[in-house]
Amino acid sequence: MYSPQIVVEALLNGLMLGAIYALIALGLTLIYGVLHIVNFAHGALLTVAMFMVWLACARYGLDPYLAILFVAPVMFALGYVLQRFIIGPASHGKDNGILLVTLGLSIIIENALLAAFQSDTRTITTDYSFRVVELGPLLLSFPRVIGFGVTIATTLLLWLVLHQTDIGKAIRAVAKEKLGASLVGISVPHVYAMTFAIGCACLAVAAGLLMPSFYVSPKTGAAFVLVAFTIVVLGGMGSIPGALIGGLLIGVVEAASSLFLGDSLGQIGIFLIFIVTLLVRPTGLFGARA
Amino acid sequence: MTRPRLTTLAIIVVALAVVPFLGLSGALLNLMIFMMIIALAAQGWNILGGYAGLSSFGHAAFFGAGAYAMAVLQTRFGVNAWIALVIGIALGALVGAFIGFLSFRSGLKGSYFALITLAFAEVARILANSWNFTGGAAGILLKLQTGLPYLQFADRRYFLLVALGFVAIGLVVSWWLEHSRFGAYLVALRENEQAAQALGVDVFAVKMKAIAISGALTAAAGCLYAQNYLFIDANVAFGSWISIEALFAAIVGGSGTVLGPLLGAIVLLGLGDLTKSVSGGIPGMDLLVFGIILVLSVAFSPNGLVMLMKSLGLRAPAKAKEA
Amino acid sequence: MLEVNSLTKRFSGLVAVDQASLSVAKGSITGLIGPNGAGKTTLFAMVAGFLNPDGGSVRYDGRDITQLAPHVRARAGIARTFQIVQPFEGLNVQENIAVGAYLHTADANEAMRQAAEIARRVGLGADLAKASSDLTVAGRKRLEVARALATKPKLLLLDEVLAGLNPSEIRDVLPLVRDIRDQGVTILMIEHIMQAVMNLCDKVYVLSQGRMIAEGEPRAVCEDPHVIEAYLGHGAAERLRAEQAHA
Repeated sequence: MYSPQIVVEALLNGLMLGAIYALIALGLTLIYGVLHIVNFAHGALLTVAMFMVWLACARYGLDPYLAILFVAPVMFALGYVLQRFIIGPASHGKDNGILLVTLGLSIIIENALLAAFQSDTRTITTDYSFRVVELGPLLLSFPRVIGFGVTIATTLLLWLVLHQTDIGKAIRAVAKEKLGASLVGISVPHVYAMTFAIGCACLAVAAGLLMPSFYVSPKTGAAFVLVAFTIVVLGGMGSIPGALIGGLLIGVVEAASSLFLGDSLGQIGIFLIFIVTLLVRPTGLFGARA
Repeated sequence: MTRPRLTTLAIIVVALAVVPFLGLSGALLNLMIFMMIIALAAQGWNILGGYAGLSSFGHAAFFGAGAYAMAVLQTRFGVNAWIALVIGIALGALVGAFIGFLSFRSGLKGSYFALITLAFAEVARILANSWNFTGGAAGILLKLQTGLPYLQFADRRYFLLVALGFVAIGLVVSWWLEHSRFGAYLVALRENEQAAQALGVDVFAVKMKAIAISGALTAAAGCLYAQNYLFIDANVAFGSWISIEALFAAIVGGSGTVLGPLLGAIVLLGLGDLTKSVSGGIPGMDLLVFGIILVLSVAFSPNGLVMLMKSLGLRAPAKAKEA
Repeated sequence: MLEVNSLTKRFSGLVAVDQASLSVAKGSITGLIGPNGAGKTTLFAMVAGFLNPDGGSVRYDGRDITQLAPHVRARAGIARTFQIVQPFEGLNVQENIAVGAYLHTADANEAMRQAAEIARRVGLGADLAKASSDLTVAGRKRLEVARALATKPKLLLLDEVLAGLNPSEIRDVLPLVRDIRDQGVTILMIEHIMQAVMNLCDKVYVLSQGRMIAEGEPRAVCEDPHVIEAYLGHGAAERLRAEQAHA
């Protein structure tokens, strides 16, 4: 029904979109791995980052990839403040509290954006938005090829931060043994906030990678949030390689199911994977803890 | 512990029933009907999320099941509205049992349960949106036919009474929970599943009953919604808005309490309406307020308004437990 | 009454309980002792049905219950307490106990009445309306026992009910345990406090590194060189003798 070339092209483009998914999921899984919380506001924070990129481009004429350099620090600071001064204190350290506070935050952010920007979708056009890269007989979307490369680079950078820097070591110590870490003088609230901040900075990178080929509206993040959770659950909550591989896999699955089922039914494939993973193997492909 | 008496509940219901006959404007009457529908959905949420401690983010699955049963049965099969209502409620219980069977078999709870319920609701939304049988993306328009047999009234105050009747059932169910073995088992498994098992509680069976009752109540809200607005589509019936409002109302009012969901629905929607009129049509302002209230209430009053009012001494001190 | 045959449990390669067997005679108080990490609580969890064994069987009242779920075992008359006390925080003391009483009655008034009675029996009579979180450690231990008793067990599994209590509290609880036995409840208890084991138990089993290394009358077991070597260590034997002299 489809020529092999169309199928392969679709799958490869899916793979590269999956890389950006992976980047979104990376922040989520990092936050889960260290804070052991499900950050429901992750999608809404992605929307914030996308609006920032959009503003930087539409108002100040910045290139979206260049905008990452400005948006990432802002998102980092926002994430730090949110976790340190709102999510942490408001949830009283209870799982259910965190779930509800982050859900509340996502509603606040989404609707604040709605009030500020209305529900219109916004896009930015760059001269490379529709450019394609020729790989032999295959045509690949240029922004997605860039997205793929930057995701891999960001993952490596994150790995380096976690393993080579002091804060990275502190983060890993807190993730493993919270009490022990606090006994040797690590400030757990600070490490939590730093982790959350890094997760948000990842979102800034993802936002910059998405904007050239995607649109943003206040509800955009909501569409990503379940996808990101699917990836995190599939890869194993808290596992960084799991998020990367899970993201790529989901990108391919989405491309395949859109191709064969159409766009509206296409998303169902992702949800079914999500449900089946939770039911059959809630620890995911790479996760260790239940 | 808040344990309102049955007489207190009766007084509240009668007072609410009298309000519309004091000469309410059409807009306020509509708001009050909407409050009752959300209160009912929240009461359903509260059975599972409040008493049993299984927070669902996907009660839209039940709400939508009720709404679609109501719409499809009447428009496609000419089923009487009241019979459709009963079937819709039963369908809600069935959907609850289905989701519950899969999730509880796998031992899902906490965030995992919240996420999987959300996913189920989304699957239902996508299916309803693309299936011709459910009207696809265009949704379903119900026929306007007033009269008691059609469960539609020329005088909308009577519809309010019907909705209020269901809320009263919800109150009685919650009251019963606080005075029964089943309710004690729900709280026991919320607080500590292992300890409950050690005392002979079949936690799987108890959770299954809880999610079925919860699904039935929220489905009843969906039925009433369809019947009141005479139009549904996938985003209305299975959209995350209803999962969120049911959860918000129960938590803000006081999860795991008899009066919490009703109080929460009235306060939240009242404030939402007020915000809308004050902000003059800026979209999303009401939800923005909901979100702020949710975060504030988790932060400062984790037991909800019911308990907050108690601790502020606005109501008589809790009556000693009879034993 | 209870027969545990070659029960084995492995956790990812590590053998927590290795072919352990024990038997509890009807009407007895049987002790299970052993150093930390010996696998006592794991063995308990398998007897109560919270863990599936990798081998062996559990027989209760002549019937094989190895595959039964915990709540089914509770209905058959096996009740347990938890080493780390687990009260239902949202319920007061009386309601906590009533959850146990509901096993035999669906009537709320009857369950609450029985709960009050059991509360008196274990010495919580004055705390009925207290929030369970407001109890002292000793009070919580009593609550743990009361809840289990409310299920009207035939076999009661006590997991370190004395741990964390001060000596005078221990002296108060010892008669309670004996009293429960005298009411016809068979008891299997994990205990660290040797004074209590000596005082209460008719028979003692010693578990070390997952294996049952000794069994018998408490005094004999404590003098068993295997036990002294593997479990008590050299200094402890001396201390034990001194303790016995005081008792």
